[in-house]
Amino acid sequence: MKKYSLETVVGIFVVAGLLCVAYMTVKLGKVSLIGDEYYSLHARFASVSGLRVGNLIEIGGIEVGRVERLSIDQEDQMSVVELKIRKGIKVYDDASASIRTAGLIGDKFVKIEPGSTGELLKPGGIIAETTSPMDLDELIGKYAFGDIKKDDIKESK
Amino acid sequence: MESTAKDNPFLSFFQFIGKKTLYIINNLGAIAIFFTLAFLKIFRPKQFREIVQQVFYIGARSSNIVILVGLFTGMVLGLQLFYTLNTFGSEGVLGSVVAFTLIRELGPVLTAIMITARAGSAMTAEIGILRISEQIDALYTMRIDPLQYLISPRIAAAIISFPLLTAFFDLVGIFGGYVTGVLLLGVDKGAYFYRIHAYVQMADISGGFIKSLVFAGLVSTICCYQGYFAHLLTDSHGAKSVNLATTAAVVYSCVMILVSDYVVTSFLM
Repeated sequence: MKKYSLETVVGIFVVAGLLCVAYMTVKLGKVSLIGDEYYSLHARFASVSGLRVGNLIEIGGIEVGRVERLSIDQEDQMSVVELKIRKGIKVYDDASASIRTAGLIGDKFVKIEPGSTGELLKPGGIIAETTSPMDLDELIGKYAFGDIKKDDIKESK
Repeated sequence: MESTAKDNPFLSFFQFIGKKTLYIINNLGAIAIFFTLAFLKIFRPKQFREIVQQVFYIGARSSNIVILVGLFTGMVLGLQLFYTLNTFGSEGVLGSVVAFTLIRELGPVLTAIMITARAGSAMTAEIGILRISEQIDALYTMRIDPLQYLISPRIAAAIISFPLLTAFFDLVGIFGGYVTGVLLLGVDKGAYFYRIHAYVQMADISGGFIKSLVFAGLVSTICCYQGYFAHLLTDSHGAKSVNLATTAAVVYSCVMILVSDYVVTSFLM
């Protein structure tokens, strides 16, 4: 301790502390320092029950972004989800999006099948084909009252 | 008026409550003025050297103890939460639970309490002794503003040091949870860090830092105030009053940390 002057110790302390703060905000808090490394797409669902801002977006099981905003289109009574997707991830206009659950009671996430044949979606583009989440409550209700059919399961899937 | 209050038990009861209330409000007002004046004097010229000196005592010297406490807090959290989560078969979320607990709650609070014990008590004792040995009056006679010379650098240093030490505490605590959870008890390493990364949001982190800034203001103000006005204590004088002021400063600081923690949390939620 005695080798270093007071200023040096304070300097080391402040720099180390600021590095910790920076690590926490950038790595854990997901604050992007280098501006726009994401672009946004929109997807319209009949229902987004259980989905929240910040939920993950996956393509083939790999995290590629997060849900940025949820809003309602008053004209069509549809829920519009704004998806923030990493730049360089290609999504085509024949892509489809579905809302899934991680495990039985886990968090919801958006699964995207990126498509392959159509045109590349530009930032702000709309994913046309969507599937709403399977409503577990409804299914259990139907099962309990005995009017569940094979078709229902297939449809909601 | 005094006589009517003594005659009538009802009136004396209300007089007692009124006296206490006025006393508390007077004190709160004095502390608020004390903090505002000292805070504004931070930005006067020639404060930099004094602030660096205080950051050394409050921040750099406290980092060892904060890191030690953070490590063991994280380790015990990993241990306790592992056995709790294990009963639900969901020890995979251990990482996010440890990180949330540390970043939102334990990091700011325990850091603040450790700094109170280490640096806050020293602040009160030092300023209290300067007061009872009339050195603060000597500063006045030399036309040096004691508030600007003694108090402002300490408040500034606390505001700089608290968030930095909280960041140390959080990261070391997460590492401590890793040591017990992953290395000793065999939680999957990838799951531990992935959950932290996936679930901790910027709002949690900024909430923790807002808390630590609030604690910095509270602790430094209370400790400096108690020391600065140690000579005004009515029930003692001399060395005894420094003793009482230091005890009061530590107790008030800890109570105010926990009370304001609840208030700030309810505002942030």
